[in-house]
Amino acid sequence: MSGLKQKGIAIYRWLDSRLGLAGPVIEAAEHPIPKSSASWWYVFGSAATVILMMQIVTGVLLALVYTPTARDAWNSLNFLNHGLTLGWFLRALHGWGSDFMVAIVLIHMTQVFMFGAYKFPRELTWILGVFLLLMTFGMAFTGQVLRFDQDAYWGIGIGASIMARVPFVGSKLVHLLLGGPIIGATTVSRFFALHVFVIPGILLAFVGLHVWMVLRLGINEWPMPGRLVRRSTYIQEYEAEIHKDGVPFVPDAGWTDAMFAAAIILAIMACAALFGPIGPTGPPDPTIIQTVPKPDVPFLWIYALLALLPPKLETPILLIVPVVVICVMLALPFFAGEGEKHWSRRPIAVLMVLVIAVSLGTLTVVSLNPPWSPEMTAWSADPVQPRFLRGRTPLERQGAIVFQEKQCRNCHALAGLGGKRGPDLASVATRLTEDELVRQVLQGGGNMPAYGSALSPAQTTALVAFLGTLNGNERPARDPSLELTHSNAAQKQQKF
Amino acid sequence: MEHPTTQPSQHSRRTFLFKLALLANGAVGAVLAVPILGYILGPVFKRGRSYEYWIPLGFLHQFPEGETRLAHFHNPDGSPADGQTRTLPCWVRHIKQNQFQVFAINCAHMGCPVHWFPQSKLFMCPCHGGVYYQDGARAAGPPPRGLFEYKYKIVGDRLMIRAGQLPTLATHASIAAPGSSPCQG
Ligand code: HEC
Repeated sequence: MSGLKQKGIAIYRWLDSRLGLAGPVIEAAEHPIPKSSASWWYVFGSAATVILMMQIVTGVLLALVYTPTARDAWNSLNFLNHGLTLGWFLRALHGWGSDFMVAIVLIHMTQVFMFGAYKFPRELTWILGVFLLLMTFGMAFTGQVLRFDQDAYWGIGIGASIMARVPFVGSKLVHLLLGGPIIGATTVSRFFALHVFVIPGILLAFVGLHVWMVLRLGINEWPMPGRLVRRSTYIQEYEAEIHKDGVPFVPDAGWTDAMFAAAIILAIMACAALFGPIGPTGPPDPTIIQTVPKPDVPFLWIYALLALLPPKLETPILLIVPVVVICVMLALPFFAGEGEKHWSRRPIAVLMVLVIAVSLGTLTVVSLNPPWSPEMTAWSADPVQPRFLRGRTPLERQGAIVFQEKQCRNCHALAGLGGKRGPDLASVATRLTEDELVRQVLQGGGNMPAYGSALSPAQTTALVAFLGTLNGNERPARDPSLELTHSNAAQKQQKF
Repeated sequence: MEHPTTQPSQHSRRTFLFKLALLANGAVGAVLAVPILGYILGPVFKRGRSYEYWIPLGFLHQFPEGETRLAHFHNPDGSPADGQTRTLPCWVRHIKQNQFQVFAINCAHMGCPVHWFPQSKLFMCPCHGGVYYQDGARAAGPPPRGLFEYKYKIVGDRLMIRAGQLPTLATHASIAAPGSSPCQG
């Protein structure tokens, strides 16, 4: 046993006398950090790096089989899923790894922002971090395109449609993005090159610089209310703190990072095993139009914004806001490079994080079951519930048929069943009079098309008669004034 | 490691040569950049119109008068590696006699595929709720204009369309929004 140990040490010595890396590596691992920073809050950056490593390994393994052409990509994904031992699991790891990576990078950024770690002297670390965030999204998008299925096909169409809105050079940008005039072979191969060579190359270089600066400038100390950052004194104060109260990164803080990284990888493995690979959905055949394209989770919020922005402002917002947001993020350490780091003294920062997190979260959740998309099959798939037909006159029932046949159901639910684009009509008769119903149907308005040319007068009469029965309490609607006049008439008849 | 005994400034000839070599590399790099940029920006330099061709869409009898039907065409530019993506759909509306409208499948909002519903005479988009009337005019939802239309002509008993690029607001901006000209119904 000790002989083996001797041999091992000898090999290590032989290697290190040539490489000379042991010294610097050990020094870097044991570099002193503020004791307060040995915390579970500081684990996200290293976790993102570990996920990146896993993505590289699984990505290379997928590239052994994946075929980057428009014709074969989808088949090679299905071959990975069904034709190869554990191919599905590697696809699942890479897919879930991507979602986790986006999430962890966002959490890391939030933590760094809340702890004021972007302030002097770590401005450049933050700036590189902004680029790392953008590249993470870039990897997620290009990866979604490489999963070349229906969603990917129409997803690139959305990307191209956004590009097309850039003034003057819009068409050039579309052609540059697609690598030609249409979505095809050149599109897939260029996204492959971006996803596999270009972005990962830059990403790795930036991660290297980012980590190098973390080592060089030291890990941010735990913020204290009232302890201000000043360019003139910060470095001495930091040096003094780690001299007085510093601990070596390994093992004092490193164990939390290592523990968390293991937990995250385990979580990715669990998701991969439980939920399986992400897609592919149907084949990327543009002639199959029975599809409801949807982007991957990291982009759902954009998908929601595209539906909810006022049409007039859409193009300016799409083109200007991202530029402004990125510029503000890049400039942040310059206009807020000094001063208070603690969140309790930075209410605006806290509020901003809350507003952004809640908005992005809400938009994402709403997009999972989007109310703005008409349900293309509801008119034939969701029947009118029997309770809306019971006791109705033949004319009203005829109206229910018109209601279904004219695809009103694609946008309008009845008691929750059907599209959500327009209001649920189960109690519409309590809101609108007969005249208003006629006007809404014939003239549309407020995101409803006008049906004037698609309905005959007889169909309109029947439809409005049916809508008039939808008074919410599921009994035939009666007009009390009519009843009064009817009973008056009856009494009169009795009298005379 | 031993330091060189002389300062760089002392051997001025080699300093000069080194600077010259740097300059030479810069010049070579600049020349090399020309073909590289030309290659990357190839799709940009090509004029959009030059992607467009007259493409046969089908025989006239495939499109009954008064109806709107899905049709397919093969994109002229392309390679075998395009696979299915080379066959593209579009909507053909035969108004009467020799009067047609050929609509792109792509919603003018974000390019998703629009569906035709003959019962309500509407095109609906599954993505963000764009709706168009039978003549392609915008009816509701976020689209900034009506459906994109391909130019068409009739050659013998065939319907031909002018196509070749993904229709977007930029690549199709030259064609007027449907419904804007008085002779369309
Ligand atoms: C493309 C989707 C869409 C289709 C198809 C559609 N509607 Fe609507 N409808 C809407 C929207 C959106 C509104 C809300 C309009 C507003 O906010 O002013 C609405 C409003 C209405 C209203 C008023 C509801 C209220 O509570 O104020 C009625 C009634 C109505 N629709 C009936 C119909 C009928 C009948 C049809 C079929 C002939 C139909 N709709 C087809 C989208 C649609």
